[in-house]
Amino acid sequence: MAAEAQMKVSDEVAVEISKMNKWFGAFHVLRDIDLTVYQGERIVIAGPSGSGKSTLIRCINALEEHQKGSITVDGTVLSNDIKNIDRIRSEVGMVFQHFNLFPHLTILENCTLAPIWVRKTPKREAEEIAMHFLTKVKIPEQADKYPGQLSGGQQQRVAIARSLCMKPRIMLFDEPTSALDPEMISEVLDTMIELAEEGMTMLCVTHEMGFARKVANRVIFMDQGQIVEQNEPEEFFNNPKSERTKLFLSQILGH
Amino acid sequence: MSHDNVAFHREHMLPEAPPPVTETGVIKWLRENLFSSVANGLLTVVTAYVVISIVVAAAPWFFNGIWDSPSLTACREMLDGRTGACFAVLTERWNQLLFGFKYPDELYWRPTLAFVLLFAAIAPVLFIKFLPRILLIFTGLYPFIAYWLIWGGSIMVPIMALLGVLFGVLVYRRTLTVSAGVAVLAGIAGAMVFWWAAGFLTGSTAGFMALEPVASRDMGGFMINLMLGVVCVSLSLPFGIALALGRQSNMPIIKWICVIFIEFIRGVPLITLLFVANVVLAYFLPPGTNFDLILRVIIMITMFASAYIAEVIRGGLAALPRGQYEAADSLGLDYAQSMQFIILPQALKISIPGIVNVAVGLFKDTTLVSVISMFDIVGMIRGPILASAEWNGVYWELFGFAALLFFITCYGISQYSQWLERQLQTDHR
Repeated sequence: MAAEAQMKVSDEVAVEISKMNKWFGAFHVLRDIDLTVYQGERIVIAGPSGSGKSTLIRCINALEEHQKGSITVDGTVLSNDIKNIDRIRSEVGMVFQHFNLFPHLTILENCTLAPIWVRKTPKREAEEIAMHFLTKVKIPEQADKYPGQLSGGQQQRVAIARSLCMKPRIMLFDEPTSALDPEMISEVLDTMIELAEEGMTMLCVTHEMGFARKVANRVIFMDQGQIVEQNEPEEFFNNPKSERTKLFLSQILGH
Repeated sequence: MSHDNVAFHREHMLPEAPPPVTETGVIKWLRENLFSSVANGLLTVVTAYVVISIVVAAAPWFFNGIWDSPSLTACREMLDGRTGACFAVLTERWNQLLFGFKYPDELYWRPTLAFVLLFAAIAPVLFIKFLPRILLIFTGLYPFIAYWLIWGGSIMVPIMALLGVLFGVLVYRRTLTVSAGVAVLAGIAGAMVFWWAAGFLTGSTAGFMALEPVASRDMGGFMINLMLGVVCVSLSLPFGIALALGRQSNMPIIKWICVIFIEFIRGVPLITLLFVANVVLAYFLPPGTNFDLILRVIIMITMFASAYIAEVIRGGLAALPRGQYEAADSLGLDYAQSMQFIILPQALKISIPGIVNVAVGLFKDTTLVSVISMFDIVGMIRGPILASAEWNGVYWELFGFAALLFFITCYGISQYSQWLERQLQTDHR
């Protein structure tokens, strides 16, 4: 693809998906997905609900199993081997729509658990790393509180910090702002923009088109389990090629 | 009022204000809770009348009670026609009620000491946040100390048992790199082999630091209920967790073994299991093996309680949002880690009321062993005490006492569990 060649920011491939198919029972959710993500790229995936965009990024860290085709993450082919899966997951951070913080652990413990037990980082060092990232998402003072005491926006920023503590090579965002009050969306988006500026490889499923315009170097539009269109944001928003994309954009940007 | 100008904008935000000061105090409480309507007022009066009559009727029986008398006849003479209880049976048969009628008198200090140490052993577990972790070592040693104190015999037996456990743990640790399942099996096999080998050693050192041995059939009274309750509750919790996780397993064989075990055990009355322990089990064992009765009963009650606890915990696991599993997975935690740090702490917290329900029920069900001719507290009352010439006919005092002992224990467990739930409350809803 000629356009893709222009958009890429490095030659190093972070994720390579080829001819990937997935079914939920008899329902064909993802059909022949081909996607190459280069290191340092920021990709926004948009599309109507049920188009398979969340499922796509959940396949990348094997939260969902794919049935056909292949996914290569950071040079490792995803297989059924549990050790292989755990290793890939520790390299790929994920932020969920509903934060999924661990309610029985403090903010600091949420952030240090995986580094201590998966990376075998000494506790002191893990806490330093955690405080570093909590400072980065601007809530170091909440470290000893429990998730239930924080607002939605703060919880989502903790979730981002928790992923970052694993020093991931790739970050997946699954509708990170969809469960937030309008006033809290921007604080989470600001954190994500900052992360993008530092060169993190990011795949974001989101409906925040302003965010897509600002930070994405590629926007992917999906419908019915297929990639319908992908382009750089300027072209994608100003000059969409497919009818389905035009309809979608007119609906979400219409008012 | 005119509606021609609805536009409005606020110059100052209102500060927070205290709630209105309403009437407070006893009168208000009484009116709101006891006499809020005519019907409620009437109900209050009737209830008060019933409560007062019960107290008035029971008070003389209780306060006239005789605490010192050799027999029921003597007690009736002392009461001389007045209403009054014969609590003397409790003082006179105190040791029998607690230790049974065959436990040697001069050795009562041993189970008593074991009972006192029990508190020291469970405190580090119950108050794990407030006591230093190092005390858990004593908790780990306690079962072996208690066994030695209650059953007596050479100290080599509990020491070898302990070493066997440690050896098993060592084998488990060494083989853990292969796989968790293999490691568990290897650990159990290691401990078994160690115990088998240690059997020869303990046989030859039978006299070493020996306490006078007491046989299981000589034990009785509330001691048995406590022993069975404590041992079975503490064993059934880990087994219940394992069964609940096994039932959720992706591996069909493990899953079906757990499902069949749980459904079968839950479908059978405890009393039948106890009869199996008492009679039928002997047919399946090689002739000549002397499999201790208390041990058999412990196995049966533990199996029974594990099945129930497994289902309670399954409920807790089901109540956790899928997102918790996914978040743990997405961070790269493996199965054991995500269970240990994320899933079980939350699922167990949700299951506390259910687990306590099973534990309290199990503790009271230990009185069922009186049916298979073990002399627990109910067995003692129905058997040796009520059948004796001195105390034939003293029902209220004896069964009331047994009920009181169980009530104190169960109420304590219940209060602890509510405190624990408050301690673990972190969601601030």
